[in-house]
Amino acid sequence: MAAKKPAKKANVSKDELLQYYKDMLLIRRFEEKAGQLYGMGLIGGFCHLYIGQEAVVVGLEAAAKEGDKRITSYRDHGHMLACGMDPKGVMAELTGREGGYSKGKGGSMHMFSKEKHFYGGHGIVAAQVPLGAGLAFSDKYKGNDNVTFTYFGDGAANQGQVYEAYNMAELWDLPCIFVIENNQYAMGTSTQRSTKSPSYFARGAAYGIEGEEVDGMNVLAVKEAGEKAVAHCRAGKGPYILEIKTYRYRGHSMSDPAKYRTREEVQKIRDERDAIEQVRDMLLTGKHASEDDLKAIDKEIKSVVNEAAEFAKESPEPSLDELYTDIYMEAEA
Amino acid sequence: MATEILMPALSPTMEEGTLAKWLVKEGDTVSSGDIMAEIETDKATMEFEAVDEGIIGKILVAEGTEGVKVNTAIAVLVEDGESADDIAEAEPADAQISIDEPAAAAPAAPVEVVTPKEMDIPEGTEMKPTTVREALRDAMAEEMRRSENVFLMGEEVAEYQGAYKISQGLLDEFGAKRVIDTPITEHGFAGIGVGAAFGGLNPIVEFMTFNFAMQAIDQILNSAAKTLYMSGGQMGAPIVFRGPNGAAARVGAQHSQDYAAWYAQIPGLKVVMPYSAADAKGLLKTAIRDPNPVIFLENEILYGQSFDVPVMDDYTLPFGKAKIWREGSDVTIVSFGIGMKYALEAADELAKEGISAEVIDLRTLRPMDMPTVLESVKKTNRCVTVEEGFPVCSIGSYISSRIMTEAFDYLDAPVLNCTGKDVPMPYAANLEKLALTTTKEVMDAVKAVTYR
Repeated sequence: MAAKKPAKKANVSKDELLQYYKDMLLIRRFEEKAGQLYGMGLIGGFCHLYIGQEAVVVGLEAAAKEGDKRITSYRDHGHMLACGMDPKGVMAELTGREGGYSKGKGGSMHMFSKEKHFYGGHGIVAAQVPLGAGLAFSDKYKGNDNVTFTYFGDGAANQGQVYEAYNMAELWDLPCIFVIENNQYAMGTSTQRSTKSPSYFARGAAYGIEGEEVDGMNVLAVKEAGEKAVAHCRAGKGPYILEIKTYRYRGHSMSDPAKYRTREEVQKIRDERDAIEQVRDMLLTGKHASEDDLKAIDKEIKSVVNEAAEFAKESPEPSLDELYTDIYMEAEA
Repeated sequence: MATEILMPALSPTMEEGTLAKWLVKEGDTVSSGDIMAEIETDKATMEFEAVDEGIIGKILVAEGTEGVKVNTAIAVLVEDGESADDIAEAEPADAQISIDEPAAAAPAAPVEVVTPKEMDIPEGTEMKPTTVREALRDAMAEEMRRSENVFLMGEEVAEYQGAYKISQGLLDEFGAKRVIDTPITEHGFAGIGVGAAFGGLNPIVEFMTFNFAMQAIDQILNSAAKTLYMSGGQMGAPIVFRGPNGAAARVGAQHSQDYAAWYAQIPGLKVVMPYSAADAKGLLKTAIRDPNPVIFLENEILYGQSFDVPVMDDYTLPFGKAKIWREGSDVTIVSFGIGMKYALEAADELAKEGISAEVIDLRTLRPMDMPTVLESVKKTNRCVTVEEGFPVCSIGSYISSRIMTEAFDYLDAPVLNCTGKDVPMPYAANLEKLALTTTKEVMDAVKAVTYR
């Protein structure tokens, strides 16, 4: 993986580092728990885990401000936790319960939070890209300086509608950050097997959109790139592309046979480049935290995740009359 | 040899136009490719070029003349030394022009024949003849004045003034921020529209025709229609997708499909398909205010037709309320959109033969006013449905099933469906006619169910 130089250490405080550590760890532990509940039959259907990619959303959320919007694909649990949605509501949605963000009617792939400006949760690969440009359109139309983080993968990056969205986003100077989470596999098809033009951010040049490649295993590098992109958009200069090189440790979904890559490949990245381990090292070597401090954080996160799992198991299934609600919004008289 | 220059047909549906301006005068020499005149069609103002070389011998139709029928001689081209007067057959232009005749009067004008039982408009309201085209434009303009969050986007909606002139004048009044020309990229701009609706705006997305919305149907169904449900009621898409739907005239298989039944199937969408100008206006205003995604299916052939529209400050119509255009006792004819033209014509003809047909315009397909249909069928005991769409899984087949389920004991005959034929739309004029449903088919169906 080509990697950008990490951000200067001086740019980050101890508190920030600790916060990133906690946020990334929450996502990882949450996803591990989700995998466990899936195995127990408590979560059904599709379930796409985010393990390995945590630095992407945590780094970018560090660059966001109140009112900024985010939208992503079906691999969405990490995005929701990173923008501050309640782990209980997310986990209860995974188990299809009343206490879930969508009252159990959305599932793993379809959750939303108006309060946190999280616009889903979309199951059709790349459909969220024009939607994200549209959210950015709404902010520009209203005349505020908010931006929209529009996340999609290297697989989605080959869909035509991405380029339709690029074209209009640049044409109309929409404050949209197109975040390509390049985890190198579209389901089981590696980028090498899906394109001869694997530098995804560079494709924006055809539409006049600036962009760059970012080391997605380094949360500080992601944050720094995010700040640059955000500044570009807030200044009214139109969209920006961040191609964030990351890696998914788990399968595409829970039923992934993992025949398309070797165990060694996965293990090597886990050992050498893991985003959480990198921050852990910084905290320890910088003497920002002791082993005991980190153990306490681990414990705290574990309890948050366990509480979420308990809530998700105990929350009742939606009442049967929920079948026919939320199809139409009442028109105002 | 002197030749006549004929009024050209400049759009698939053009039957007449306005000779807006002559750019040549008598005595001018023209050669092939020279622009001779500006002609205003139902869709746009077009430049009219010379095909042959010659001298403008005589101008037969003065500029500013409206309602010049296609193929009327508008000028005479002569060769050097010839006189326009040599042409004996050049008839006086006036004889062929119908200046005062309103556009709607040409092909069947049901409004003038039928006096519908008026249920939507307060008694004594002033009525103004308005084309469907103008009514749609007025509805958008009124709603854009009412709310800053309403904007229009689509191909050619702004500077071109609308591919079918529906958005004429809107750019001038509301500016480029709110009347937005898009690149030709339906999938993309439909998605941007839905995203903008998620973000709190009220977009009107115009598809040049609904055939092109096929490129965008994923965004319409998966993103617009389902989000309210998938979010547990947290957020939806208050958006209107509108444009002409169904067959125009001679535009072939890929430009002639009626998508009424497709969209009517989808929970989360509302589907409107008006016939008259008043309904087009009242329902479009309601659609723009509706907090849900609305599919608004217009018809190119109806755009130029005139109907009475009430002169009211704020004329809106509720969804899910059918309109009884004509009361009758022998059979119920149910239709919507341009199908109403056949339904009403058939009812007129049938009346002459002593058959009394009740004609119901559904106006909205989702929600669908089945109570009005069922009540009528319980009275007449017979029903014929009329639409231009394909027959398999049509709106008519759904209505038939509902009637069978809910009014079986009242039926004296099977419900018959008049539909488009089960073929891609052919281009040849005779085959196209055959592929669409006709007034005669509706009459035959009524006679079959009334055993006449």
